[in-house]
Amino acid sequence: MAKVGNTNGDSGNHLPFEREIAGLHKQITALEASQVETGRNYFSEIHQLRATYVSLLRTTYQNLTPWQMVQVARHPKRPQSRDYINLIVRDFMELHGDRRFADDKAICCGLGRIGGEKLLLVAQQKGRDTKEKIACNFGCAHPEGYRKALRTMELAQKFGLPVVALIDTAGAYPGIGSEERGVAEAIARNMLEMSRLKTPIVVIVIGEGGSGGALGIGVGDRIAIMEHAYYSVISPEGCASILWRTGEKAADAAEAMRITPRHLKSLDIVDDIVPEPLGGAHRNPAEAANNLERYIVRTLRDLSRKPVDDLTGRRYERWRRMGRFTHITQNAEAQVLAAAPQ
Amino acid sequence: MTPGNGAIMAKAQGEQPLGPFNANAFEGPSIRKKREVPDGLWMRCPECESMLYRKVVVENLDICPECSCHFRVNARRRIAQLADPDSFEELFADVAPCDPLDFKWLGQSYADRLRKEQVKTGNTEAVLTGIGYIKGRRAAFGVMDGDFLMGSMGSVLGEKITLLIERATQDKLPLVIVCMSGGARMHEGALSLMQMAKTSAALARFDDAGGLFISLLTDPTTGGTTASFAMLGDVIIAEPGALIGFAGQRVIANTIKAELPEGFQRAEFLLEHGFIDMIVPRKDLRSEIARLIDYTQKN
Ligand SMILES: [Zn+2]
Repeated sequence: MAKVGNTNGDSGNHLPFEREIAGLHKQITALEASQVETGRNYFSEIHQLRATYVSLLRTTYQNLTPWQMVQVARHPKRPQSRDYINLIVRDFMELHGDRRFADDKAICCGLGRIGGEKLLLVAQQKGRDTKEKIACNFGCAHPEGYRKALRTMELAQKFGLPVVALIDTAGAYPGIGSEERGVAEAIARNMLEMSRLKTPIVVIVIGEGGSGGALGIGVGDRIAIMEHAYYSVISPEGCASILWRTGEKAADAAEAMRITPRHLKSLDIVDDIVPEPLGGAHRNPAEAANNLERYIVRTLRDLSRKPVDDLTGRRYERWRRMGRFTHITQNAEAQVLAAAPQ
Repeated sequence: MTPGNGAIMAKAQGEQPLGPFNANAFEGPSIRKKREVPDGLWMRCPECESMLYRKVVVENLDICPECSCHFRVNARRRIAQLADPDSFEELFADVAPCDPLDFKWLGQSYADRLRKEQVKTGNTEAVLTGIGYIKGRRAAFGVMDGDFLMGSMGSVLGEKITLLIERATQDKLPLVIVCMSGGARMHEGALSLMQMAKTSAALARFDDAGGLFISLLTDPTTGGTTASFAMLGDVIIAEPGALIGFAGQRVIANTIKAELPEGFQRAEFLLEHGFIDMIVPRKDLRSEIARLIDYTQKN
């Protein structure tokens, strides 16, 4: 919390709902600049403004609407897998290629150490600058990305290394090659194999949890989501364009689908929520990375304490519980049938 | 008249389409013709446009006698076509949907929509599960119902498929799942998505136990259904011409900003690219499935 009073992380790229926050930030920077220029002392004004800024940031981020959450999750400055690798993974050795077709840069796999623990990292990467974005296909993986992930996870299993998966994708790539090379099969196969992989798997949604493309590396023992990330069956725009008949209603769709970490936890879809620094991970990537590291280290320690033999059994029970439904009596069933056209 | 026809009639009369799970919403009428058979004494084949006597079509397993186009078949009728007469014993029919998210859109609610779909189809959900016989061979059957919210996968569909897989594992039965689905059901949000993982995990155990899973892909099999159990068969069979894919054709066309190749995401396309074992005409399904079961069972 050391940087709470600091506005340095607030450097541009304000979201539409942050106008007031941006205004305060501008005022503070202007006063600070004029202090330097004029040598006059605005200490108490700046102090006051900072207090307002912090409290506004806190209320705003504690009460993000689902659609605002999506915007934060997609923020151009939000830390990506590559940033977290640089900040918390030591001695990273990237492993390339699926041994079938290509090396898909939308999913980065490699060996590394987090908090001293040797592990395999499987991480979806969107890309920061234009060149990297294109190389990573904006984080939308092709089948070969999922197959590379599976190949390296089997390697991890062979050598008893735990797996940490970082999810950040709008979805698997909807293209011709993707379908030709069986993206559906690749995702399905990964879920099946991850469910029985004999090594601990920790999954964290760090930004966008986009549908099957996310779940394709998302089966594990513990599933976490960062405080301002989301996980959804379809993009809010996609859902809106189908049910509301216009993508403009994405905010309504985001609300209706209950895609925020708090909702997901209440539905038992995620086990844990990893806290973010005040105003979101993009305002303080280092602190976000610290929180992520702490979560990974603690969770891996928890999982390693339990006997490996029933790891997959407990994993199965975890996933077996997914879903909400009721049981009806034969009577009610008969009523449904009776009401049906003959 | 079978229960499912109500749906077809309602659509023919211009009822508001079913949103995402309607074939139109999914791919757009310009991309493909509907394969649903309109109600009435006579019907026109959507493929070759021949006028057909409905009774003849039904007796012909819902295949056009002129051009062999395989029309869509609802779950009850599919079971009647596939299983030995009166051999199917339904299981897990008590698992019923709820509206866990209190999902509402444009003045509609998911809870109301569910009731309408139930009344329309006479089924509580988009899949029927149970045990039956196919040419005298006992097997576990899961049959998806395209008439119920376009066979979309929500919690109940995932649960019933999982229960069926677990029963097949326990009783050492071959498993046959007839897929027909518009994908994951949006109205249950990420709960629907997680059914993909749940069913896949159950299949891992079935596989560990040495079970035979025959996945039968029918028109259409798309989205989260394809990206889970549908593509995990030990043997994958498709009906001729069936649309099988992950992403919707309109989504792909919009993404790549180009025309899709002829026959894209059809059963024949998947066979050519190595993702299904065989294409089997509906008339031969019973014998081919029975043959497969014989090949994989001891002695
Ligand atoms: Zn015809």
